[in-house]
Amino acid sequence: MTVSRFIRVAWLIVKKDLTIEARSRELFLTTLFFAVSCVLVFAFGFVSDQNPIGDAAAGILWIAIAFAGTLALGRAFERERYHDVLHALLLAPVDRPAIYIGKLLGVVCLLAIVEIIIVPLISLFFQTPILRHPWLLGGLLACGTLGFASVGTLFAAMLVRARSRDVLLPVLLYPITIPVIIAGVRGTVLLLQPEIDVIMVRAWIGMLVFFDVVFITLSLWTFDPLMTD
Amino acid sequence: MIDWMIRLALGKVKDVRRRKNYITTLLVILATGFLQTLTASSQNLLISSFTPLVVQVGQTQAAQDEFVPIDELPPEDQLPAAPLLIAAYAFAWVALLVYVWSLWRRLGSVERELADVARRISNRSGGA
Amino acid sequence: MIPSRWFPAITVMAMVFFAGAPLMIARAPYESTMGLVQKIFYFHVPAWIAMFSGAFVCGISSGIYLFKGKKVADHLAVAAAELTVLFGLIGLVTGPLWARKAWGLWWQWDARLTSALILWMIFVAYQLLRQYGGPGSDKLAAGMALFGMANVPFVYWSVNVWRTIHPTTNVVPTLVPGMSEAFLWCSVAFVLIFLLTLSARVKLESHRAAIDRLYLSLDD
Repeated sequence: MTVSRFIRVAWLIVKKDLTIEARSRELFLTTLFFAVSCVLVFAFGFVSDQNPIGDAAAGILWIAIAFAGTLALGRAFERERYHDVLHALLLAPVDRPAIYIGKLLGVVCLLAIVEIIIVPLISLFFQTPILRHPWLLGGLLACGTLGFASVGTLFAAMLVRARSRDVLLPVLLYPITIPVIIAGVRGTVLLLQPEIDVIMVRAWIGMLVFFDVVFITLSLWTFDPLMTD
Repeated sequence: MIDWMIRLALGKVKDVRRRKNYITTLLVILATGFLQTLTASSQNLLISSFTPLVVQVGQTQAAQDEFVPIDELPPEDQLPAAPLLIAAYAFAWVALLVYVWSLWRRLGSVERELADVARRISNRSGGA
Repeated sequence: MIPSRWFPAITVMAMVFFAGAPLMIARAPYESTMGLVQKIFYFHVPAWIAMFSGAFVCGISSGIYLFKGKKVADHLAVAAAELTVLFGLIGLVTGPLWARKAWGLWWQWDARLTSALILWMIFVAYQLLRQYGGPGSDKLAAGMALFGMANVPFVYWSVNVWRTIHPTTNVVPTLVPGMSEAFLWCSVAFVLIFLLTLSARVKLESHRAAIDRLYLSLDD
């Protein structure tokens, strides 16, 4: 299968997911609301003497992304299961990894929009200057979300037909994506300091890119054999 | 086809019994090692348990300069090392023993079930 | 796993090594800064060696099961994952007991300890998935194990790349003669125990599969 056909298939799947989302907005609204609730819960949990604890904002951002992402992944593939869409996709004469990339990009788009809304909220609730260096923050968020979603898409697709899939997705996903979360949090904490260390932030972004490459490669290799039953 | 399966089952039963013997030997190995640790090195520990404490007090004061230190801990608060060492070894032994024992139990029940199924198949094929 | 005819010889060897281990450890010289508590090293590091071996065996056999479909590879993966969790637990308990004396704290979130804990948790998740995942969980668990195996080099080199409270990988190659013999002895003992328990566990798995096949034929 040529590269252009691969890209076209992935794009078709992304378009399908985004079209459904644009019409129903179910996944987007529920995920967004859940992320905001998460941030609120943590905001109340990590406050002492009416003042939020400074560096907690970084951790809370990434925890909200992780939890909301898990929810979004579960729901995205649940939708596929209802109408047997996944089965139809697998029967189609296309490269299986293209399906994976298509689903991955859909989830990343959804999480990106949620993050665009969550980050200013965190800046507001925690009174932290998290938006001072938008490009660096954007780089951290992009690489981190991609790493998290790459493993999440693989496991969520696999668990579609499994028992106890709701509880098993976080059980499987979090141990593997904890390094991504750690790198994201460490990088974001550096961005919250009065004097930021650009080299260190770039180092953490580099580590996130390394994780992304490893995870996406492994996922592309294993998506096909894992989806055959 | 059924004959082949019965032969396979019966063959496997003998195999499992041999495996059980090996598990028993494994348990013996671990028990031997455990007892050895208790007797042979306990003598060492009894003799040496006092000296390292004394040695360590002096060492730790010097070690604070170069090693990642327990900051400014006075000698009275020094932890005795022997209980930690014994706890570590004890945990390792116990964990291995418990695991091997659980393997033995599981193999035993699997062997029983295998024999049972083989008997039922042979009864069925004998009766049929 | 280990061919049946080698089993008695390897069992005897393991017996010898385990019986001799306490003597070797007691005879090894004291380390200058840590003293007696350093002797946990002779169990702590071999336990992690066995754990990494288990992780590799699980990962490789999972890969073979995923891409070639051999059922034997799946049995091996299940057995190896269980042993990975066991030896990892031994390492994770002996480590803090040593750290309490050597570093003054039970645990620290440095790169080595964190990544080692995560690796252990991945294989615990593997066990949970095999237990509660229902049909089809064998393939998914195999995918999990591949990610786990990819983690092992990261755990090993984390201590060289980052400044950690945990000693670097330079310690083992530069052991003094008295210590290196004891360390080698204990490592061999642990590897032999690992191989023996792995073989027994694989046999258990394959017998379970045989029982399933026989029950299916009984239903016909």
